[in-house]
Amino acid sequence: MALISVKDVSFEYDGNIVLNELNFRLFKGDYLCVIGENGSGKTTLIKGLLKLKQQYKGDIVFGDDLKSDEIGYLPQKTFVQKDFPASVFEVVLSGRLNNLKLKPFYTKKDKIIVEENLNLFGISNLKNKSYRELSGGEQQRVLLSRALCSTKKLLLLDEPATGLDPLATADLYKIIKKINKEKGITIIIVSHDIQNSLKYASHILHLENKQIFFGVVKDYVVSDIKHRFFKGDS
Amino acid sequence: MFETIIEMFSYTFLVRAIVVGLAVSLCASLLGVSLVLKRYSMIGDGLSHVGFGSLAIATALNIAPLTISIPVVVLAAFFLLRISENSKIKGDALVALISTSSMALGVIVISITTGMNTDVCNYMFGSILAMNRTDVYISIFLSSIVLIFYILFYNRIFAVTFDENFARAIGMNTNIYNTLIAILTAITIVLGMRMMGALLISSLIIFPSLTSMRLYKKFKTVVICSAIISVVCFFIGIVFSYLHATPTGASIVAINILMFLLFSMISVIKKYYRICK
Repeated sequence: MALISVKDVSFEYDGNIVLNELNFRLFKGDYLCVIGENGSGKTTLIKGLLKLKQQYKGDIVFGDDLKSDEIGYLPQKTFVQKDFPASVFEVVLSGRLNNLKLKPFYTKKDKIIVEENLNLFGISNLKNKSYRELSGGEQQRVLLSRALCSTKKLLLLDEPATGLDPLATADLYKIIKKINKEKGITIIIVSHDIQNSLKYASHILHLENKQIFFGVVKDYVVSDIKHRFFKGDS
Repeated sequence: MFETIIEMFSYTFLVRAIVVGLAVSLCASLLGVSLVLKRYSMIGDGLSHVGFGSLAIATALNIAPLTISIPVVVLAAFFLLRISENSKIKGDALVALISTSSMALGVIVISITTGMNTDVCNYMFGSILAMNRTDVYISIFLSSIVLIFYILFYNRIFAVTFDENFARAIGMNTNIYNTLIAILTAITIVLGMRMMGALLISSLIIFPSLTSMRLYKKFKTVVICSAIISVVCFFIGIVFSYLHATPTGASIVAINILMFLLFSMISVIKKYYRICK
C-alpha cells in the first residue's frame, strides 16, 4: 500500500484556488523533490500534507499506519531562532514532543534516541554547544536530527539548503540521501537546487499552481517541461 | 543589614508588599523568557496600560480594582494575541493602539470623577501601600499556578517558543499554550501593577530574561537564572527603597538595570578573555 496517496486535491486561499488537481502516490523509501517557481504552491502542499491546511477538495490518504503527527518536518528558519539561547541537545530533544502524549517529561528512551540521531549526523560533539553559535550547515544538521526524532517513516523538508554555501549544501544532500537509503525513510523535499535534486531524488513533482509533472527523475530529464523550465540549460 | 530586614518585616504593609512582589517577580520572569524570545515584549507594556484604564474605571465605580482589572486585561491579552495573527493591523501597531486608547479612557474617567490626585500618580508609578490581604492570597495562588504550569509544560513551552511551526506540524495545539501564556501574563501584570506602577511593570517581564541571556546559552539555565535574578533584584530594590525612601517600583527597575549592565560587562570580559587566550 502507498505511504501517501493524493487524489484530486485542491487548495484555496480566500476563495482563490492556489493549487489544483494534485494526483500522486509515494511508497516507502521514495525520495520526492518538489520544484516550481515562487508562489507555485510548494509550501501550500507541505502544509496540506502536515494537516496544517485543510484541502478544498480531494483526499490525502496515509498508508502504512502513518499518522499525521508522525511526520518529521524541517521548516524554514525563523528569525526568532537567530539569537535563541538553547543547547543543541535541547533543540533535538524537542523533536520527541509527539511522543510525550500526556506525559509532562521526556523519558530515558527519548534521550537515547536523541543521542543516536546526533551520532548519525556526526554532531554529538556539539551536544552542549549553543544553537545560535553554530554555522548554518551545523544548524541545519541539528534541525534535521530533530526532525528525525519525531518520525520513523517520512521526512518533509522545506528548502533546507537556503543560506548554505555550496559545500555545506552538498554535505546536507548527502546526509539526506543517507537517511533515505539506510533507514528507508521516505523523503519529500522542496528545493530550488535543481542540480542536487536531480542527482539524489527518485521522483520529481513539478508545480505551477497545478501539477504539471509527476514521475521518476529519468522521465523528467527528457520531458518538455524540464526544458521549458530551464530554457535549455543543463 | 539583618536588623534592617527584621525591622522591615515588623510592618504588615511591607510584609504584604514583599510577598506579593516576590510572587509577581517570579511569575513575570518565567513568562518573560517566552515573551521576550517570541518578540512579544511590548504586549506586557500594552497590557499594563489597559490595566491602568480598568483601574481608573474600577475606582470611579467604587468596585474592588481586581474584580474589573483582571477580566479586562485578560480579555485584552487574548485579543492582542489572537487578533494580531489575522487582522489587517499588525502586532506592534495594534499594541500601541490599544494601550493608548485605554490610557486616554482612564485619564478621562479619572478627571471626571476624582480629579488628578496622588491616587493617579500611584497607579502610574506604583505604591507600596496598595497591597491588602486579598492581594496576598491571590498572588500566592497565582504564582503557584504559574510555577506548576511552567514545570509541567516546560518541554512544550520550549517547543512553542523555539519553533512554533514545527510544534504545530507534529500535532501540538500551539494556540492553547500561547493563550495560556497570555492569560497568565495578564494576571501577573494586574497583580504587580499597583505596586510597581503601570508604566514600570513591564520591566519585570523584560529585564530578567534579557539579563540572563547575556551570560547563559541554554534555555533551562536562562529560565532558572532569570527567576533568581528577578527575585534578588526585587528584594534588593525594596530594601534600598526602604532605606533611602525612594519610590519602590523605580528602585526595583534601577537595580534591574544595574544587574543588566553587570551581566553585559561580564559577557564582554569573557569574550575578550577568550580571544586573548
